[in-house]
Amino acid sequence: MSILFKNTNSVILNIEEFFDTIDKGVLTFKEGVSNYINKNMAAFENNLKQIDKLESTADELLRKVENDLYVHSLLPQYRGDVLRLMDKTDDIIDTAKENLYQFDVEIPKIPEELNEEYIKLTEISVLAVEALIPAAKAFFTDPKAVKERLHRVFFYEKEADQLANAIKRRLFREMPELKLSEKMHLRYFALHIEHISDVANAVADILSVLAIKRTV
Amino acid sequence: MLFFLSSGLFLGWSLGANDAANVFGSAVGTRMISFRKAATIAGIFVILGAVIQGAGGAHTLGSLGKISALAGSFTVAMSAALTVFWMTKFKVPVSTSQAIVGAIIGWNFYTGNPTNYHSLSKIVTTWVAGPILGAIFAILLYWLLKMFLNRAKIHILRLDAYIRFALIIVGAFGSYSLGANNIANVMGVFISAAPTTILDFGLFTLNGIQQLFLLGSIAIAIGIFTYSRKIMEAVGNNLVDLSAEAAIVVVLAHSMVLFIFSSQSLSDAFVSVGLPAIPLVPVSSSQAIVGAILGIGLLKGGRTIQFGVLGEIALGWLTTPIISGVLAFLALFFVDNVFKQEVATPLPNTVKTEIVHTSIHENESEKANLKTVEVSENQLVSRKITTTSNLFLTLVLLAFAIAVLTIYNRQRSIIRKNKELLKKNQEINQAQKALMQADLENIKTKKEQLQAELVFKTAELTNFALNIVQKNELLLKVKSSIDEIQACDDMNEGKQKLSRLYSIVNKLLSIDNERLQFHAQVEKTNQEFFIRLQKQFPDLTAGEKRLVTLLRLNLSSKEIATLQNISLKSVEMNRYRLRKKMNIQSENMSNFIRKL
Repeated sequence: MSILFKNTNSVILNIEEFFDTIDKGVLTFKEGVSNYINKNMAAFENNLKQIDKLESTADELLRKVENDLYVHSLLPQYRGDVLRLMDKTDDIIDTAKENLYQFDVEIPKIPEELNEEYIKLTEISVLAVEALIPAAKAFFTDPKAVKERLHRVFFYEKEADQLANAIKRRLFREMPELKLSEKMHLRYFALHIEHISDVANAVADILSVLAIKRTV
Repeated sequence: MLFFLSSGLFLGWSLGANDAANVFGSAVGTRMISFRKAATIAGIFVILGAVIQGAGGAHTLGSLGKISALAGSFTVAMSAALTVFWMTKFKVPVSTSQAIVGAIIGWNFYTGNPTNYHSLSKIVTTWVAGPILGAIFAILLYWLLKMFLNRAKIHILRLDAYIRFALIIVGAFGSYSLGANNIANVMGVFISAAPTTILDFGLFTLNGIQQLFLLGSIAIAIGIFTYSRKIMEAVGNNLVDLSAEAAIVVVLAHSMVLFIFSSQSLSDAFVSVGLPAIPLVPVSSSQAIVGAILGIGLLKGGRTIQFGVLGEIALGWLTTPIISGVLAFLALFFVDNVFKQEVATPLPNTVKTEIVHTSIHENESEKANLKTVEVSENQLVSRKITTTSNLFLTLVLLAFAIAVLTIYNRQRSIIRKNKELLKKNQEINQAQKALMQADLENIKTKKEQLQAELVFKTAELTNFALNIVQKNELLLKVKSSIDEIQACDDMNEGKQKLSRLYSIVNKLLSIDNERLQFHAQVEKTNQEFFIRLQKQFPDLTAGEKRLVTLLRLNLSSKEIATLQNISLKSVEMNRYRLRKKMNIQSENMSNFIRKL
């Protein structure tokens, strides 16, 4: 019996690991932004390496799951849905990695009075992803529970949206000492961080439809 | 012997080809297991079911009409097989069970054997009960499964693996039940020809009927291997719409129905607890499946149910036995009268009556009273049979007429619908053609408009160029006027000439602007030409390109010289260089440029 379900168990483990990797990825992103803002550049460099590695692992796992599902003809009915969900979730870590690299490449000068707000924005954006991961895992075991877990994602996405707007408003209205180019540069970074919660929101939308499809 | 069995084997082959899909269709259709695996499992279990548990259904069919001659059995099986083949071809829902029952009744009518109406009613009741039971089982099983799955919270992939495994188990059970229940359809009519020898294999023995069933089930297995793949994939696709869980429930419900109506031990168990015995009757596998699917549809709120399917099943109950019966009757007539084959041995009842009559003659004096009573009883029974037969015959003919009418109407409606569809398609095609024609006209008109615009622009450009040329000529006149003024001694005359000259100069002041405008205009209207020119001759200088454009406007060298404010000799020299650069041999240069 265990031989019969060997492939299945291996795919289940890979899917679990994939979602854990995404989770670790956004946590690394949070840590990275915090380290950058607090000018711990050595730790920030380390975060960059970590997120790079995690992103590669997620891609590898995604390819492995895709390959196993098709080669062993597993889950013919929901195969497409599962892979779509994983593919979209993979976008989260891709975005997080890209954003962290943008900090490294563009070296934005964040005024000290905005440090706290940028860190908070990062935390809320990451919270949206942290709320998404258990919902995505529930899709595989208990689709009925998915919806009640997703409302947190939508909530954090809105919060991130509002906070990003507040940062932008402060930048352009209350900080005349900054150059327009600096303001615009910082605005883009608020957008980049907020974008992570947007991607989580997009995955949540797909997930809610897939959960309904499974329960019908 | 084998020749006579061939019709039964053919029937078995077609049963295997059609009905195995009901059992393994969802598994193969979703590619959960390969066709080869499914066919192997189905083949083995069909044989096991037929040999171990096939006797019950055959007994009921035997009680409906005991076909006593091999040629009769052959004709009956062949009529059933042809009915199935013909109805499948016309896409009328058909069942092997109903075809064989109709053919047996046809044999009864032809040979004058009485039809056992008790058995017939039992069989017909089971046909109705089959889909209904299938629906009930499906509802119960699906409800239980859903409840279990909601509580168990199994991982979707693990559930998939369980379903995959369960589909094999349920498929094996379904194949066993199919073999047990439907072997009677294939070999039931040949029971009288079963060998009397018992084969001893050491571990088990096979009696004559079991040997016959083994042969029939092998034919079913061959049908599964050779012809069921396409049907399995098609059925699979239909069942998959239900979801994997529903598909497995449907197959299990269907298998249970087939098993119940073929299991002697289950029937005995019912009797032992005081319940009525279960009739062991071959039921339609396809109708049990449809019943199960409808059951799940009902459980989900009934929105997806196609009630037309129920009508089609009812139509099958009516038409299949009647068509098969009539066909068997006619075929038996031919086999009996044309091929001179014995389709039935003399009736046991007739023999009994003859013996009774002989004994009456022998003991005429002793049993005179008894004879009168027995004869009158026989007459009464025979009259009763005749009346019932006539009534039944009338009903059958009536039903036949209805069936033919229904099929005719159905075909007519299909043909009408097809014709309407064709007409609509033709109308759509015509409309599309007209639209395309209009589009074509539109494009043509647009092209003509563009052509006219091009001609107009070229003319405009030429006029523009000529205008500049004229102005240049005027300038020359101005020059000569100035010379004249310089040479003039009279002040008044000189003043007059000067004021005339002033107005001319004023007019000509814009000449440079116009030239620039002209070149801009030329470039704008010949943008595509410039691109082509650049592609073909990338080495041309800006001045040369301008010369090419002016040549394209069909301007003479003199006009070009005036336009560019250079001498005629320079234009000639430029033309010569351009001819060399563009590698123009003997052709007229303006023509060559216009062709670009």
